[in-house]
Amino acid sequence: MSNEPNLNRRGFLVKLGILFNGLVATALAVPVARYLLSSLTRGRARAYLSWVPLGAVSEFPEGETRLATFRNPYVTPTDGKTVDTACWVRRVEGDKFQVFAINCAHLGCPVRWFPQSGLFMCPCHGGAYYRDGSRASGPPERGLFEYPYKVQNGVVTIQAGELPTPGTAAALDTRKPPCA
Amino acid sequence: MRLMANIGEWFDRRLQLAAPIREAAEHPVPRNTASWWYVFGSAALTIFLLQLVTGILLALIYVPSAGEAWSSLQALNHDVTLGWFIRAIHGWGSNFMVAIVLIHMAQVFLFGAHKFPRELTWIIGVFLLLMTLGMAFSGQVLRFDQDAYWGLGIGASIASRVPIIGPAIVRLMLGGPIIAGATLSRFFTLHVFVIPGLLIGFVSLHVLMVLKLGINEWPMPGRIVKRATYVSEYRALTKEDGAPFFPYAVWKDLFFAAFIILAVAACALYFGPFGPSGQPDPTIIQTAPKPDYFFLWLYALLSLLPPSLETPALLIGPVLAIIGLLLLPFLSGEGEKSWKRRPIAVLTVLLIAITLGTFTHLAEFAPWSPHMNAWSGDPIPGQFVHGTTALERQGALVFQAKQCRNCHALGDSGGQRGPALDKVAVRLTQDQLIRQVIQGGGNMPAYGKNLSPAETTALVAFLQTLHPAGQAPARDASRDLALGEEKMVGTHP
Repeated sequence: MSNEPNLNRRGFLVKLGILFNGLVATALAVPVARYLLSSLTRGRARAYLSWVPLGAVSEFPEGETRLATFRNPYVTPTDGKTVDTACWVRRVEGDKFQVFAINCAHLGCPVRWFPQSGLFMCPCHGGAYYRDGSRASGPPERGLFEYPYKVQNGVVTIQAGELPTPGTAAALDTRKPPCA
Repeated sequence: MRLMANIGEWFDRRLQLAAPIREAAEHPVPRNTASWWYVFGSAALTIFLLQLVTGILLALIYVPSAGEAWSSLQALNHDVTLGWFIRAIHGWGSNFMVAIVLIHMAQVFLFGAHKFPRELTWIIGVFLLLMTLGMAFSGQVLRFDQDAYWGLGIGASIASRVPIIGPAIVRLMLGGPIIAGATLSRFFTLHVFVIPGLLIGFVSLHVLMVLKLGINEWPMPGRIVKRATYVSEYRALTKEDGAPFFPYAVWKDLFFAAFIILAVAACALYFGPFGPSGQPDPTIIQTAPKPDYFFLWLYALLSLLPPSLETPALLIGPVLAIIGLLLLPFLSGEGEKSWKRRPIAVLTVLLIAITLGTFTHLAEFAPWSPHMNAWSGDPIPGQFVHGTTALERQGALVFQAKQCRNCHALGDSGGQRGPALDKVAVRLTQDQLIRQVIQGGGNMPAYGKNLSPAETTALVAFLQTLHPAGQAPARDASRDLALGEEKMVGTHP
């Protein structure tokens, strides 16, 4: 009989203890969530994108398409060779270029350029593109992804830094003249 | 002997585990479940344990860094004593685990074991299947080679198609803007900590429920499952016609477990480890990535679906399949258990097995992939240019040099992306050939801008020679009329 108020008190303390733990957990959940989502939040406002030089204009003969490689602007210590990226550079004429991502617009496999037939072909599911990057045949729903480029002091520079995928392409493929 | 018993007693007084273990081992099971059909669950568990052990052994050498993973695998293959064997066991164990889990699932479904009261056991089993596939995919990523790198790219491309949050999912999955160090670390965490931890927990629950609810009795046609009466019927069955699991049934599990480990080891010994293939260097683009065996069907599906259906099928298909599997025990929780009275169940399993088998088989030779080196590596067989004119031979050269052979086979060599052209002249007239070459269509690129008129003329002249000896090439009758009757060949009386 004398136990009852005591039990109530214990019950209250248990509830208080659970509430206390809940508060601590919520407080800790915030930094944990921010840590887990850091790759997301950092990428806002195009923080991953930078202008990277590909080479002198003279390295790319007019009317031809050449493979170029660049180092991804965002690098971490354990990346190894994965930050080295390839792209196809087509010099249309003069300072007019098209810089295509190596990744097929279907599922991202590396496309290869065949100058004889003027086609890019994908080894995975057989997507094909014309020399201007537009879709020729196969499963891709669109043309090749293009990097925004500019020519500064005789050097071809592209805005890169993020893996081009069908979903992220909107951010990459502006098709507008790049703002210098 | 006496000493051993004393030591055992000392421990058990403190642990108090002997009684519950004995009870679990000797619980009565229906006599006819001591069958070779009931060994796949324990076999899956056995391989899972084998994977745990070999996984820990590999972690002694493996370095989960994008810069060093590939060379640490080379060290395992070539420098560390029997490192190749442990890798091979882990790789083959993975294939066996997926296979055994699928067989177990099909068997359980055909024996009606998902019905009342074992619905939750089935649902947990569905999660175990998904985790097994998750382990298979993340394991393929840890073998950080070209296939792993481009496989991740494919995964990212699929994930990016989710409306609105696609790009965010890609960044979360990759741990950054591109496939790099953070990506590998992330998949290492999944493969080594997160999924195995969940697997251990879920497997324990799964086995616990088999013990608590009893093993599914051998289904008899006409013995109907009813929620109200099943439990007491099952109890009566184990009482009247039951036998202790140990040793009555367990010996078959033991034999099969040893056999399956032996089979994995034999495959490992004979076939060796999987890869790694080339270095994960994205500037090496001379690569044709292919997924591991159990994802080949997906590779085929992604090639064969019409483009417009692809995104919905990829995003909605898996969700529907998983929901279907999870709802199954609720949709058919009662009723007939025997496969002999469940034709739709049997046909469903057969249909799924044949579909997956066909896709996997197709993906093994991937007819949809162009042969990237056919134009430079597979010359046109001699019989196709034998006795041809200079113009036609020039056309054969154009055919070879313009990569036509990457997609079109001649005499069994060359790509299979487009139709074989051995008899194309029978199908298409000269005009149709010209139109097809210049304008493309039917999944062929247009070559109009990449062929000079002279090249087109030569190419079409060559294509017109491609017909069997006894069969005349297709011709346009109206054209013959327009050009005058004297030019008509044959048939005119």
